[in-house]
Amino acid sequence: MTITLKNVHYAYPDSLDKPVLNIPDWVVGSQEQVFVHGPSGCGKSTLLNLLSGMLAPTVGELSILDKRLDQMGQHQRDRFRANHIGYVFQQFNLISYLNALENIQLATHFGKHGRSGVKQNEIEALLEKLNVSPADWNKQANTLSIGQQQRVAIARALINKPELLIVDEPTSSLDQHNRDNFMSLLMPLAAENNITLVFVSHDLSLSRYFKRIDALSDISCLKGDE
Amino acid sequence: MFFKLALKSLLNRRGSVILTLMAMTVSIFVLLAVEHMRYQTKQSFANTVSGVDLIVGARTGSLNLLLYSVFRIGSPTNNITWESFEDIASKPQVKWAIPIVLGDSHRGYPVMGTTGVYFEFFSYGNQRGLTFEQGHAFNQVFDVVIGSDIARTLGYSMGEKVVLSHGLASTSFSQHDDRPFKVVGILAPTGTPVDQTLHVSLAGIEAIHIGWQQGIKMPAASITTDHIKQLQLQPESITAFMLGLKSRMATFRVQRTINEYGREPLLAILPGVALSELWQMMNVLENTLRLISVLILIAALLGLSAMLLASIRERNHEVQLLRIIGAPPIFLFLLIELEALLIILLSTVLGVSILYACLVTAGNFLASEYGLYIQSNILSGSALHLVLIVIIANLAAAAIPALTMYKSAKKI
Repeated sequence: MTITLKNVHYAYPDSLDKPVLNIPDWVVGSQEQVFVHGPSGCGKSTLLNLLSGMLAPTVGELSILDKRLDQMGQHQRDRFRANHIGYVFQQFNLISYLNALENIQLATHFGKHGRSGVKQNEIEALLEKLNVSPADWNKQANTLSIGQQQRVAIARALINKPELLIVDEPTSSLDQHNRDNFMSLLMPLAAENNITLVFVSHDLSLSRYFKRIDALSDISCLKGDE
Repeated sequence: MFFKLALKSLLNRRGSVILTLMAMTVSIFVLLAVEHMRYQTKQSFANTVSGVDLIVGARTGSLNLLLYSVFRIGSPTNNITWESFEDIASKPQVKWAIPIVLGDSHRGYPVMGTTGVYFEFFSYGNQRGLTFEQGHAFNQVFDVVIGSDIARTLGYSMGEKVVLSHGLASTSFSQHDDRPFKVVGILAPTGTPVDQTLHVSLAGIEAIHIGWQQGIKMPAASITTDHIKQLQLQPESITAFMLGLKSRMATFRVQRTINEYGREPLLAILPGVALSELWQMMNVLENTLRLISVLILIAALLGLSAMLLASIRERNHEVQLLRIIGAPPIFLFLLIELEALLIILLSTVLGVSILYACLVTAGNFLASEYGLYIQSNILSGSALHLVLIVIIANLAAAAIPALTMYKSAKKI
């Protein structure tokens, strides 16, 4: 199993009596591609922060790749994330003052290969696969188009060869054409590299790319204000 | 990569970074300049005279006597008679005595009348005597020995004819142009006012003033130069004299004898004591300057801290991104510290270079105007300490924004 959540509760430390998330049981198998949807403000980003190890659950058992994240310290979770989890945000995926190559190199810096690790040609091959033309590699990130930025962001997320890729509303700032373009690059790339994909969006039209579709309200059962 | 990230991040905000950099540069410049001048001034004064046990002149303040006799700063209040000099110089405790006659100049450089004893016994720095780079001491009436700076600046070489001026201004209207002197010796550099002095014999000083009355040239009374050489010229009065004693133990006894001298009011000072009086006077000024330079530094450090703190607000996405690719919060703390370190290192380099350039350009001016020999080797021991303290203070000031960054990294 890539993801296993059992009786996971999360509440902000200053209001422990008001849980934002309560997941009795949620499992994602290896190389599965899951589309998670739900309205904004229903604990989506909390779920993603838990999965990526940015947050630790208040109570409950949370395993990624059969490693108990809830039992790790923050530093261990940071290292685990760098090596095993790729993450693509809605926007601001790149450091604006670095160029595309440097942004990806920065990710390898924290990965298992460390400073010397990933070779330049691996990065270049990945960028080519994602249709980022070599002329744009040395351009400062904030001069690239949004579509290009999101594609570089995938390269950045995949360069450390993660087993799990979390994608959070990656297409909400793209137009229809770029959205299809993005999806048609992402899906085969994930399958090809045997990556488990958790794709979060409120845009149900994207669910056609997925076999498994989960509603967050089904995963997380919150009493009261849900 | 870490370094590149910090550097590029600074370049990305170059507007505010450059202003902060300039503020830091100015403050480091001021701090080092004050420290360097303070140290070098003391050094320069302390180096100028050594091995002289007593300086004797007309009764005046001891500082005044020290300043005009050794550093050529200020002007003598009164002369003392030749008889008093001879009387004191012949005392059994006295090993050597150097008479000094000041008052004439050559193109703004002071001319000093003295005797051959001067070249033999006067020493500077750590008991180093005067040496000749070329030539020898004067032995004719119209011989002159020049300091190394004069030879260099005015381009004089051996055998050059030199005309002295009456008074000390560089544009004196009363030239002793009827009695030119010949350069017979050039002294090796000493880094003291000696380098800027022309030395002539006492007889020479007397000779150029023959036919002068009340400081005015009397054309009618001219005597030929050849005739002067026949005369046994003896000065009636001198400006001051320096004494070397056979035994240091006798210093205070001789000093008291001179201070209580019956025939005319005299003052004998110990150069070291007079110098420490000078330091005491300078102390308040020094501390004030230091305080001001430290306050400037604190202001600049606060500016740096504020600039970094303001930048963190706009770096929220960057923090989030770095965290998600696995950067631990300490990395973000160190990133801010590194940015601060880069700024301070660059400011130090700039501040030191500017100070160095200033010292090199102002060096000659300070030497000729104030008799201050400031060396341009800025990074001596105490300056390095100071730079180190500044860097540590800078890292401490940057800890405020760095901690803010750390906290925001923890929260995400």
